Amino acid sequence: MSDSIPMPRVRVATTSLAGCFGCHMSFLDMDERLLDLAKVVEFDRSPLTDIKHCGPCDIGLIEGGVCNAENVHVLREFRRNCKTLVAVGACAINGGLPAQRNHLDLGDCLQQVYVKRDGVEDGGVPDDPELPLLLDRVHPIHEVVRVDYFIPGCPPSGDAIWTFLTDLIGGRTPRLPHPLLHFD
Amino acid sequence: MHDAERVAAQAVERHRREPSQLLQVLVETQDAIGYLPAAALTRIAGLLELPRSRVEGVAGFYSFLHTEPVGRFRILFSDNIIDRMLGSRALMERLCRRLGVSPGQVSPGGEASVDITSCTGMGDQGPAILVNGVAVTRLDEARVERIAALVHAGTPLAAWPAEFFRVDDNIRRRGALLGADFVPGSALQAAMKRGRNGWLEEMRVSGLRGRGGAGFTTAVKWGACRDAPGADKVVVCNADEGEPGTFKDRVLLASQADRVIEGMTLAAWATGARQGLLYLRGEYRYLLKHLRAVLAVRRAAGLLGARILGESGFDFDIDIHLGAGAYVCGEETALLESLEGKRGTPRIRPPFPVTHGYLGRPTVVNNVETLAKTTLIALQGGAAFAATGTPQSTGTKLLSISGDCAYSGVYEYPFGVTIEHVLEDCGAHDPQVVQVGGASGVTIASHEFHRRIAFEDVPTAGAFMVFDGRRDPFEMARNFVHFFAHESCGFCTPCRVGTALLKGYMDKLASGKGAKMDLADIEWLDRLLKNASHCGLGSSAPNPVIDTLLKFRPAYERRLVSLDFKPAFDLDAALETARRMTGRDDPAAHLDRREEV
Ligand SMILES: Cc1cc2nc3c(=O)[nH]c(=O)nc-3n(C[C@H](O)[C@H](O)[C@H](O)COP(=O)(O)O)c2cc1C
Ligand code: SF4
Ligand code: FES
Repeated sequence: MSDSIPMPRVRVATTSLAGCFGCHMSFLDMDERLLDLAKVVEFDRSPLTDIKHCGPCDIGLIEGGVCNAENVHVLREFRRNCKTLVAVGACAINGGLPAQRNHLDLGDCLQQVYVKRDGVEDGGVPDDPELPLLLDRVHPIHEVVRVDYFIPGCPPSGDAIWTFLTDLIGGRTPRLPHPLLHFD
Repeated sequence: MHDAERVAAQAVERHRREPSQLLQVLVETQDAIGYLPAAALTRIAGLLELPRSRVEGVAGFYSFLHTEPVGRFRILFSDNIIDRMLGSRALMERLCRRLGVSPGQVSPGGEASVDITSCTGMGDQGPAILVNGVAVTRLDEARVERIAALVHAGTPLAAWPAEFFRVDDNIRRRGALLGADFVPGSALQAAMKRGRNGWLEEMRVSGLRGRGGAGFTTAVKWGACRDAPGADKVVVCNADEGEPGTFKDRVLLASQADRVIEGMTLAAWATGARQGLLYLRGEYRYLLKHLRAVLAVRRAAGLLGARILGESGFDFDIDIHLGAGAYVCGEETALLESLEGKRGTPRIRPPFPVTHGYLGRPTVVNNVETLAKTTLIALQGGAAFAATGTPQSTGTKLLSISGDCAYSGVYEYPFGVTIEHVLEDCGAHDPQVVQVGGASGVTIASHEFHRRIAFEDVPTAGAFMVFDGRRDPFEMARNFVHFFAHESCGFCTPCRVGTALLKGYMDKLASGKGAKMDLADIEWLDRLLKNASHCGLGSSAPNPVIDTLLKFRPAYERRLVSLDFKPAFDLDAALETARRMTGRDDPAAHLDRREEV
């Protein structure tokens, strides 16, 4: 029997903003190591738990960039609650694929999709207050809140996420070895 | 054949179809046509048997070369902080209004374009501009009005008032170099009397160190080149003088050209070189005629060419190459690339130019002032030269002084002079900051004015910019960061991306959106640039930020709006288009600006 105080489990929250869920799929790609992870981690708000709002956490993992007002609210909630916030994947770090619209005018985009598109009659830009408004440009998350770490890749591999998290939880400054560090 | 192609072909022929002359061919083609049309590039590539991409790559590298039509009058405002302090930005706006053009654009009729350029080396008589590559000094509102009228009238540059193009030497303090008369050939005669080895020994005794920035011992460089295998050695004079705030080489080239060229010949005597190249920055092309004339006179006097001063086996002659607006080409290996007609990308060292330089041949690269100083050593001997200055920094140093002082200009001091002494001489009334050595140099705060100009204390390539209590050290640093971001050659990622990011942070702070977090990021970027850049441009780019953050931190801190983080853009304004498109204005259609974390 050990008389040392058991370390409390690390609380982790995850979310997908303007991303494709590819990074979350990569997270699941850790396969059976998820079971090891589950021994030291408990999940707060995350698509894995379906908890709707984030409470105080140790680590927040963010997939995807910031494309609308709701993304801003979610991101701020994570920043307020997570001691360490991590940008996971190309979209969170650079805006990624969604940011391809940045060289187009948002007004033209909405017109084209909801009003002028072939086959659309009586179209109109949806104005339901339930829907979050789009920002004029898609931003990487570090342009909206302070971010502590970045895991590059589109998506980063399950190995990369595993290595990063075990470093972070183990108290080592995360450092991805060369084969795991890639930007595509 | 099109006109452009014919002009290009003529330029190629003038340069004997030498691929290494590509940059000169492009400069001359553009002079004739106004820009470099695609057809001209294709023709040049064909005649020089170079890939089209190589020619385009060079044309795209240099700021003064254009592959798109520019205005018939292309006006560039020198954008150094000193020009700005003299009101350049307001004058530029005025000229733009008069010409109906916005900065960076060509006027609708194609008559003019107005833009900014890096320091043109006229800090003692600014604000300065370049019109179609030619320097115009002392701009004021009246001069701007007259220029606008001349442009509207389409008056060719040659018919503009000569007064506009007057460039003064403004020599304010003369020492061993600027104070003595010089008889062309006298230094050469003295050195030849000593023999090649005796001359190099005299250079060694002098302890002369390079005046271009790095301070390498000149005799060691010359000796290494002499001893390098290969008979076809080269002497290069670095007259690129791109460091913002520096203009002493311009004054030497204008008033002491004989000494500079004799210095190159003295280097040839020591090393056995037969070919000399003078790389003149594009901004100083108005000096070209004068320099060519000096070369011609010296050839006629037997001081250049075959059998110099009758000495058999002493053959040496000099060509002048024009740069085209790239600060990095002052770095000696980038300069060699540029001389070879390539993009000015710094080489990997070693090998060093003394063994593998111009076209792979052993090459000495020296600064204008270094070369001029060698004439003193030839005439008075190395020991006499070493008697002034300090033991580690022998001789005198030319300073280019500008900014908040009564007497801008060139001052010659023995090394070891204190900064406060210099400030007193130049009539600086309320000096608070001195930037010594240009944008890549050292920021000196008033509590350090007792420090000395010397390699072992405050080293400098010659710039000495004075700022009084009205000035903001943060804005000075930001100006320099913009300079480096513009001048990064783009070859290595730490510098290409790092300078752009640093510029973004400085602009964010300037726009009042800075947060404490940004200072931490800036310091991280400073370290990255310093440690990971390929050449001296990238590694010295953070210097002004490092120094001002250390010595003038409140100038940064008072711009911060948050102790943690603040976006560089307005989140609520970013929803405006979507609000308009949906006609919404409910609370969820807004983002609270205060709720930033
Ligand atoms: C980015 C950069 C720009 C430079 N610009 C110049 C210049 O304009 N003139 C100059 O003489 N040296 C310049 N240098 C220094 C040269 O690389 C080289 O050290 C010098 O020309 C050697 O001559 P010296 O020994 O006579 O000083 C520059 C260096 C760097 C890294
Ligand atoms: S440090 Fe900058 S200027 Fe030097 S090689 Fe790299 S990109 Fe080019
Ligand atoms: S959402 Fe993961 S890479 Fe884009």
